[in-house]
Amino acid sequence: MDNIVSLKGLKVDLMSTRGIVHAVRGIDLDIHKGEIHGFVGESGCGKTMTAKSILRLHDESRTEYSGEITFDEKVDILKLNAKGLQALRGKDISMIFQDPMVSLNPLLTVGEQIAEMIRVHLKLNKTEATEKTITLFESVGIRPADRRYKQYPFEFSGGMLQRVMIAIAISCGPQLLIADEPTTALDVTIQAQILELLKDLQHRTGMSILFITHNFGVVAEICDRVSVMYAGKIVETGNVKNIFNHPMHPYTKDLIDSIPKTGQHGKRLVTIPGSPPVLYNQIKGCAYAPRCKFAQEKCQLEEPKAEFTPEGHGCMCHFSL
Amino acid sequence: MAENIITVEHLKKYYPVNNSFKKQEIKYLHAVDDVSFTIHRGEIFGVVGESGCGKSTLGRCLLRLTDITGGNLYFEDQDFTNLKQSELKKMRSHMQMVFQNPFSSFNPKMSIGQSLQEVCKVYRIPKKQSENKIKELLEYISLPADFLHRHPNELSGGQLQRLAIARALLLEPDFIVADEPVSALDVSVQAQILNLILDLREKMNLTMMFVSHELTVVEHICDVVTVMYLGVIVEKAPTAELFGNVMHPYTEALISAKPRENPEQTTSRIILEGDVPSAIDVPDGCRFASRCPKCKKGKCDVENPILREITPEHFVACHYA
Repeated sequence: MDNIVSLKGLKVDLMSTRGIVHAVRGIDLDIHKGEIHGFVGESGCGKTMTAKSILRLHDESRTEYSGEITFDEKVDILKLNAKGLQALRGKDISMIFQDPMVSLNPLLTVGEQIAEMIRVHLKLNKTEATEKTITLFESVGIRPADRRYKQYPFEFSGGMLQRVMIAIAISCGPQLLIADEPTTALDVTIQAQILELLKDLQHRTGMSILFITHNFGVVAEICDRVSVMYAGKIVETGNVKNIFNHPMHPYTKDLIDSIPKTGQHGKRLVTIPGSPPVLYNQIKGCAYAPRCKFAQEKCQLEEPKAEFTPEGHGCMCHFSL
Repeated sequence: MAENIITVEHLKKYYPVNNSFKKQEIKYLHAVDDVSFTIHRGEIFGVVGESGCGKSTLGRCLLRLTDITGGNLYFEDQDFTNLKQSELKKMRSHMQMVFQNPFSSFNPKMSIGQSLQEVCKVYRIPKKQSENKIKELLEYISLPADFLHRHPNELSGGQLQRLAIARALLLEPDFIVADEPVSALDVSVQAQILNLILDLREKMNLTMMFVSHELTVVEHICDVVTVMYLGVIVEKAPTAELFGNVMHPYTEALISAKPRENPEQTTSRIILEGDVPSAIDVPDGCRFASRCPKCKKGKCDVENPILREITPEHFVACHYA
């Protein structure tokens, strides 16, 4: 299986005013070429930290990486210099964020912001860049493209702005698109439009997508495979059907059970007692043990290792379900 | 005890959007545009719709947190539409609100204890009595007494939202407006809050207006669902009836846009084109006509459909329901 990005033993430590935060505590992850890989977990689990690490978007004066991040089985991202990183960002790997209004420059027209990207990476002249921008806008459903590319971000609604972001992100034909909660701030009908657009783009271009979300419904909608994160580690990985129908990790199962579903009107939902651990301290044993209904003494003492089924469904638990 | 807690008759809330000396030139944003309904004691009354539909404004109007432009509001049998601020204070002990973002609904400089005591001070509740009530409520929401000494920034979203609910319960209100109370929370925390709301209804016969854009949550917890679009009600029915026998094309699109519950679920998604029209220059005829897959030109774009009862308790505003 060809991997577009591989993470091996990735750890990310952040210097904060209260001490070192072990935001990512050792992740192994392979994102296959052409797949839509979901990265799901609750606030503070480290999914955005991990995603931003792939493009080294953290403040490196306060961040320490260890482990490996490999692009296209050749490029060691953690060893790239500034020039190499710039060539990678936007061209080979692109990213879109949750709130498009704060990710776009309010003082430039949207056309100028895409053209900037295209001129840097594809070395087109102004006319060629404009033509490409208009074509891009049409391909992401922004119409009339020849009028809208001259408008400013404030003239677009949330959903349209997200389409602008997507246009910028795919303008140079990246092999991997990292989408960090791109539909969380959008209304449900607009979310449906954006998810359809992303699926369509993936189908047409064959690019891989790393889709970060806390919404399992969106995962069921768009992802091929899913990794579940908890307290800085991936606790389960598998194809989306197995994750939903046969979750192996107690946390995955608890999360899925706590979501309201049709036909359960008025019934009490499953809840998870306690809260995720603080990541300033080193954690002994399994991070989920204090909250896990199946926890035993071994769980408090010994960190579980990842075990995989022949199908590639992996779980970090001493007693997988 | 009165059966009807809140009655709303032809409620209108318009915001002026430009300054002009000439009255005829002032334009208005029609946030809520002639809405009528009744909420019964013990009911969890859901209001759904997307951004800009007027649901949050409606909630604020019901508590008279904002002046209304037209219509009447009744609590039980009392008309409180035009009560002065001093008279409103007494009324407000019967009605309270919980907001979407728990972090911005508490004064960051005050401890939780001080914030809760403030409510009691305003209503001149004797200290001993208020202390007991606060203690009782903390137990009820399963938070330890020492949380009273903490400040909001030391607590998680879920803990704060539980405290916001406790604060709303201090005066033993008959009615609570909850404006997107779980939208900012992780899924497992959301489950705790939803369970708490169901417990409150069971134990205290609390009446609640539950505003949300998340259909799965509304379907799970509400008895009645009202769907709003651009300031008007387009459909209203008991929950099972609305989801089982949907009549309005907008509601149909909204329900179909819900992300699926598991990857094997088949969906026939109705993708709405375009964006919601302006609430300032409200279109003639049906407000949904420009995006409605069933729009019949000459009728829908000209004549405004009235909200009428099609089957018992099921109200729809559509010419072709």
